[in-house]
Amino acid sequence: MELKTMIYLVVGASFLLYIGIAIWARASTTGEFYVAGKGVNPIANGMATAADWMSAASFISMAGLIAFLGYSGSVYLMGWTGGYVLMALLLAPYLRKFGKFTVPEFVGDRFYSTGARVVAVICLLIISITYVVGQMRGVGIVFSRFLEVDILIGLIAGMSIVFIYAVLGGMKGITYTQIAQYVVLIFAYTVPAVFISIQLTGWFLPQFGLGGTLSGSDGVYLLNALDSMMVDLGFNEYSTNSSFSTLNMFLLTMSLMIGTAGLPHVIIRFFTVPRVRDARKSAGWALVFIALLYTTAPAVGAMAMYNLVNTLYPGGVGNVSEAMVYDERPSWMRTWERTGLLNFDDKNDDGRIQYYNQNNPPAWVAENNLQGNELARLDRDIMVLANPEIAALPNWVIALVAAGGIAAALSTAAGLLLAISSAISHDLLKGVWMPNISEKNELLAGRLSMVAAILLAGYLGLNPPGFAAEVVALAFGLAAASLFPVLMMGIFYKRMNKEGAIAGMLAGLLSTMLYIFLFKGWFFFPGTNLLVDNADNWIFGISPQSFGTVGAVINVIVAVTVAKLTAPPPQEIQDLVESVRVPRADATS
Amino acid sequence: MSANLQEQRTAYWNANLRILGVCLAIWFIAGFLLPIFLVDALNTISLGGYPLGFWVAQQGSIYTFLALIFFYAWRMNKLDREFDVDED
Repeated sequence: MELKTMIYLVVGASFLLYIGIAIWARASTTGEFYVAGKGVNPIANGMATAADWMSAASFISMAGLIAFLGYSGSVYLMGWTGGYVLMALLLAPYLRKFGKFTVPEFVGDRFYSTGARVVAVICLLIISITYVVGQMRGVGIVFSRFLEVDILIGLIAGMSIVFIYAVLGGMKGITYTQIAQYVVLIFAYTVPAVFISIQLTGWFLPQFGLGGTLSGSDGVYLLNALDSMMVDLGFNEYSTNSSFSTLNMFLLTMSLMIGTAGLPHVIIRFFTVPRVRDARKSAGWALVFIALLYTTAPAVGAMAMYNLVNTLYPGGVGNVSEAMVYDERPSWMRTWERTGLLNFDDKNDDGRIQYYNQNNPPAWVAENNLQGNELARLDRDIMVLANPEIAALPNWVIALVAAGGIAAALSTAAGLLLAISSAISHDLLKGVWMPNISEKNELLAGRLSMVAAILLAGYLGLNPPGFAAEVVALAFGLAAASLFPVLMMGIFYKRMNKEGAIAGMLAGLLSTMLYIFLFKGWFFFPGTNLLVDNADNWIFGISPQSFGTVGAVINVIVAVTVAKLTAPPPQEIQDLVESVRVPRADATS
Repeated sequence: MSANLQEQRTAYWNANLRILGVCLAIWFIAGFLLPIFLVDALNTISLGGYPLGFWVAQQGSIYTFLALIFFYAWRMNKLDREFDVDED
């Protein structure tokens, strides 16, 4: 069957599946709308959390990032998985015990203050909206690339699907669609990886293949071959650090970890399980399902890089006279050239394409009198999407990858939209403005704010503010600096009061935004940055991406200082903290 | 709340904090000490085709995190039963 027909068929079938599930799992109460009736099995919840968490960035971009960063790419692998340890140990069981619907609701009740709740809503909205922009962009790209439609049509299609199951089913609909989306996305990710691992190393599991020897090479290890390949091209060794200072490596990993643990759309997933012990276990299951993709990604990145360089240099790296002939380039390169994500420029007009590091040209460049790197543009996002084509896998695998990419983006977008809409309908409307609203009207308000959130996300996806890449770093930094510390102190530091919590959240939020804007421009407007964004200007050598950790420390210091100077929280709040700490509070009383 | 119950609660919470401390120490070793601070030293050892430091950073740390969460869940459930505060 023709590829395009196959893609339409597979993607269409996956959409029918999501819509079918949405109709089956309609929400009829606010409890079902916000937290799926608190009846989700912990393993199912783990799977839904994995789909919720793994976004277009995890599915499409991460392996490409690792392919170009090598060992330095580990910050993303460790940061985005290690956060689950913090969430499972420090937050999930206690927030589940507290037993409410949203993160700002916990902050508002624990700190006995509507003001604290509103500040938490503001943090949540900034984090979730910046994050959802990237997802909508991912949906648009996958649609326009694979279905060969205009990005506007792609976005409208994606938004309509989310609209149907999120507005209809709320958290309940989202949860069960996310389970289906997880299955689609993990299958789509691992099938090509397994094929490529077998082709290159003979290992079935990519996790072993990455440490294996190359087939037909008399025992040369893949990683050693890759190391020398990269060095021969003038790049740094693949398996050692070259991109971050040790300090930034540490701060960025930590930032991504506490940011992950502080992301509201992930935290609310632990409100959906029946018991405290299910919340503990569910975080573990979430990481099982995430680890399936995250331990495969390094192999996908390394193998894609190895395959790419071999395609460009069929006669071996540095064999300029046998470099790839431009007119004989493989068909997948032609496809990607059309998207503009891949670009060649035959500078010395020899009809062959020479790829190397221009900034550190290897010796053979001068010997052959080359005029510069001729692979002018190579977008990192190609690595995963083109992988099955690079390895010449059958059409159904390519169609599956398209469906997987869409599933990854839609599942995360839905989770974020729910976090946004429940913050508006439950925290602002019912919590602050109209405490006496009926359940039926609150449900209606929830659905309406979901519609508004979807339209906003669609608009921002279509007219991205031009900082899509920075936005994710900002979302993590802000989550790390604002929500995670306040939640943790709310549980572990009984003496923390509302003055401290509010001051801490604001200090963390503002200092992190300020630091990022200092280097990236005020609200990312180009040209408004006060300092040039490079290592020489960074304060104490801390990159803006890594600043979330510092913001979190500032948050804690300010919060504790202010709390010490003001009155302790009332007795009933201290009792509330006591009860949150114990799974069954009425025990032995 | 009776004084005895208060003591029980404090003992339960302190036991929880001890378990937490051990788990977070392992989390720090697997997520930061070995794969970031000691990576060069570990890379002198090989695990099949993997330099050990590289393996810890891209594979081992994730497996450790996983084991850690399940260990914590199991240990806390046991603690809940010991203090009779489990949910059923």
